[in-house]
Amino acid sequence: MDSIGLCSPPVNFLQELPSYQSTARRRTAVPGREKPSGTLLKPTDSYRFPLQADITENLTNQSIRKYALNISDKRRLRDIQETQMKYLSEWDQWKQYSSKSWKRFREKAHEFATHLELWRGDIRSIEGKFGTGIRSYFSFLRFLVLLNLVMFLIIFMLVLLPVLLTKYKITNSSFMFIPAKDINIQCTVYPISSSGLVYFYSYIIDLLSGTGFLEDTSLFYGHYTIDGVKFQNFTYDLPLAYLVSTIAYLALSLLWIVKRSVEGFKVNLIRSEDYFQSYCNKIFAGWDFCITNRSMADLKHSSLRYELRADLEEERIRQKIAERTSEETIRIYSLRLVLNCLVLAVLGACFYGIYRATTYSQEHMNKEIDKMVFGENLLILYLPSIVITLANFLTPMIFAVIIRYEDYSPSFEIRLTILRCVFMRLATICVLVFTLGSKITSCDNSFCSLCGYNQNLYPCWETQVGQEMYKLMIFDFIIILAMTLFVDFPRKLLVTYCSSWKVIQFWGQQEFAIPGNVLGIVYGQTICWIGAFFSPLIPAITTIKFIIIFYVKELSLVYNCRPSPRQFRASNSNFFFLLVLLIGLCLAIIPLTISLSRIPSSKACGPFTNFNTSWEVVAQTVSTFPRSLQSLVNGITSEAFAVPFFMIICLIMFYFIALAGAHKKVVDQLREQLSLESRDKRYLIQKLTEAQKDMRNRLG
Amino acid sequence: MGGSGSRLSKELLVEYQDLTFLTKQEILLAHKRFCELLPPDHRSTEESLQARVSFQQIFSLPELKANPFKERICRVFSTSPARDNLSFEDFLDLLSVFSDTATPDIKSHYAFRIFASGICPPDFDDDGTLNRGDLSQLVNSLTGEGEDTQLSASEMKQLIDNILEESDIDRDGTINLSEFQHVISRSPDFASSFKIVL
Repeated sequence: MDSIGLCSPPVNFLQELPSYQSTARRRTAVPGREKPSGTLLKPTDSYRFPLQADITENLTNQSIRKYALNISDKRRLRDIQETQMKYLSEWDQWKQYSSKSWKRFREKAHEFATHLELWRGDIRSIEGKFGTGIRSYFSFLRFLVLLNLVMFLIIFMLVLLPVLLTKYKITNSSFMFIPAKDINIQCTVYPISSSGLVYFYSYIIDLLSGTGFLEDTSLFYGHYTIDGVKFQNFTYDLPLAYLVSTIAYLALSLLWIVKRSVEGFKVNLIRSEDYFQSYCNKIFAGWDFCITNRSMADLKHSSLRYELRADLEEERIRQKIAERTSEETIRIYSLRLVLNCLVLAVLGACFYGIYRATTYSQEHMNKEIDKMVFGENLLILYLPSIVITLANFLTPMIFAVIIRYEDYSPSFEIRLTILRCVFMRLATICVLVFTLGSKITSCDNSFCSLCGYNQNLYPCWETQVGQEMYKLMIFDFIIILAMTLFVDFPRKLLVTYCSSWKVIQFWGQQEFAIPGNVLGIVYGQTICWIGAFFSPLIPAITTIKFIIIFYVKELSLVYNCRPSPRQFRASNSNFFFLLVLLIGLCLAIIPLTISLSRIPSSKACGPFTNFNTSWEVVAQTVSTFPRSLQSLVNGITSEAFAVPFFMIICLIMFYFIALAGAHKKVVDQLREQLSLESRDKRYLIQKLTEAQKDMRNRLG
Repeated sequence: MGGSGSRLSKELLVEYQDLTFLTKQEILLAHKRFCELLPPDHRSTEESLQARVSFQQIFSLPELKANPFKERICRVFSTSPARDNLSFEDFLDLLSVFSDTATPDIKSHYAFRIFASGICPPDFDDDGTLNRGDLSQLVNSLTGEGEDTQLSASEMKQLIDNILEESDIDRDGTINLSEFQHVISRSPDFASSFKIVL
């Protein structure tokens, strides 16, 4: 009713209102030249335009391009700006000039930096053909490649470089070996498997499982049985460097991920409504303007239609849910409880399966090679990886069936399923590591008193954990390649050449499923984070692996896949990917901290032979600090400091939460007030128009 | 890239770099693509700066071909009196607003103008606001051009009610420029989707 009342005469009033005029004359905004009412710009008026007061006082500060004018108007504005500059003092002129040249320099540097960006052209063409959702997957992959490269550089600088320099006699340095004290001689026995067996496949087995000739190389922890490197002027503490590199790459990963996700979080936290269902976002920012081909555009149209309909449907379902009776609610909640227990049972079964597989594999791995057939040998070595992959393949299907009965709204269903799959995938690695840890620290079902760990089976347990991680990584890589080559590619061939078969039509061409692919690479990255301590070259191998995966996935996308009608939005994607990666990082830090601080380091190999646990090297280094620094460090790490610190942080957090709540209330009040004011305004305008009409009628 | 023999002078390039958000490479590429739209014997530098290209020819560019808003975009950036053709500088303006480095303010301002300009010329339905009619035209452009691709009337009403509830702060049934810019500033997808790169 209100909008109908605004026929032509009141519109004139609206345009004369001071608020309208000032909005139109805002610093960066210019009213359209197409306004037929002619209150403001026509092309001839644009010459007079820049002389208005509130623009000119900002002229000297504002960069020309930020004005929403066409190029010829901007030229005139710039000329005026330059004539104005002549009236400034010398100092101001110089300031202007230097800020302009600084801006130009920054732009050139930025341009140069974007040229160096890896795979820029590839990702841009993917964006044009498949939209921004899939593009975000590939830029995520690129981010991980860079992260792994930097991780490897850290490890190289801190650990590998001194070792290599000394080994190849590039600098005049030598290794230092401090003899062990108070250690049982039995703990230092490390039988390296001799290369007496010459079966031809033993090399392949060694390559795939990290045993044999690979065990003593710099690939694994056991190679670095060095207590220091003596350079000319100083002694380089290798154990400390090894530990510091681990902490450094974990901290760097955490900071980099958080920095990248800050943009996503900022938007998330401001909105009070449900983030995923913003209609304005879908309508005003819904169309990808970088789409270049017709079929992609049609797909985008249909996916927008699908999304809008799904959201409207979801809203209707929500209203229905809100109208549920209490007995229905009780029924639903008890059903959900049962189904969640079922989910936990499935998870427990998988974890138990992995535990059994790992124990079996560890027990039978140590038999001699020549007693077994090639395939059986490999099967036993890879048994944990195979079970993990099978579990990760079956559980999403089970979860998808279970969640159908839980009666959630469609978007929540999707999110919950994805979260469950993520947790499942990443927790399996943790279970594997914990199984290994329990086997390492148990000697004949009792605690190991001799060395702290089971030195008969695991004389150098870090290397063996590293080997398991290495096997997981290789197997994961083989599976990804095999799935692309032997499943996606034939599927595409079948669809192209045998499309008359009903089964093929039903199955259809492969869709590029983003959640599954992202989980795959986050899984690989988690393995890398855990394994990098036990096998310093794993980040380098992961970098190469991800580079190959990038090209394989790109080719598969272009040749095999059709875009899915369920499109992931770019913003959702970035937030989702980084969240999953963060979960992976947290799940990787837990086993690392436990093994570093609880399990005694092996005395037969590695840089920490002279320490009880790997973490002890920090305590020893602190004890060499000067007195004051030592007491400072002791003070910071004591409980007397940590507990009050924690409480203060909690208080600050509560303060900010309360502040945000108060701000939200104020915003709501202001919105109310604004809408009331607007109603008042329209009412008054209507009255005014009626009064004018009356007067005209009376006069006429 | 002097392939077709027409190059821009250095001063002109620097000027364009100052006045737009485009880099030197992008300006040269834009000039090359613009010249390809001109008839073969009119492709010299001076003529390319003065020439005007009809909308039909601009629509043949792959970046705009599949875009449901191509008409509105061209109309917003055209400086001719009849608003039916684009000069090279208009084209640069277009690319500048849609480039990577344009500020969100500029993008949202022009987005508002593009969405608020109705399809039926020459009436731009322009009281400087997006009303229900504009919004329903917008939604129809997004969901497709056919008759069967449009949302039903009740779905459309529900959708527009939701949009107005989210963005119309003063509850007058229309979205003006500041409300639009306010809702865009919180839209996480806008910066990445409102982009055209040659």
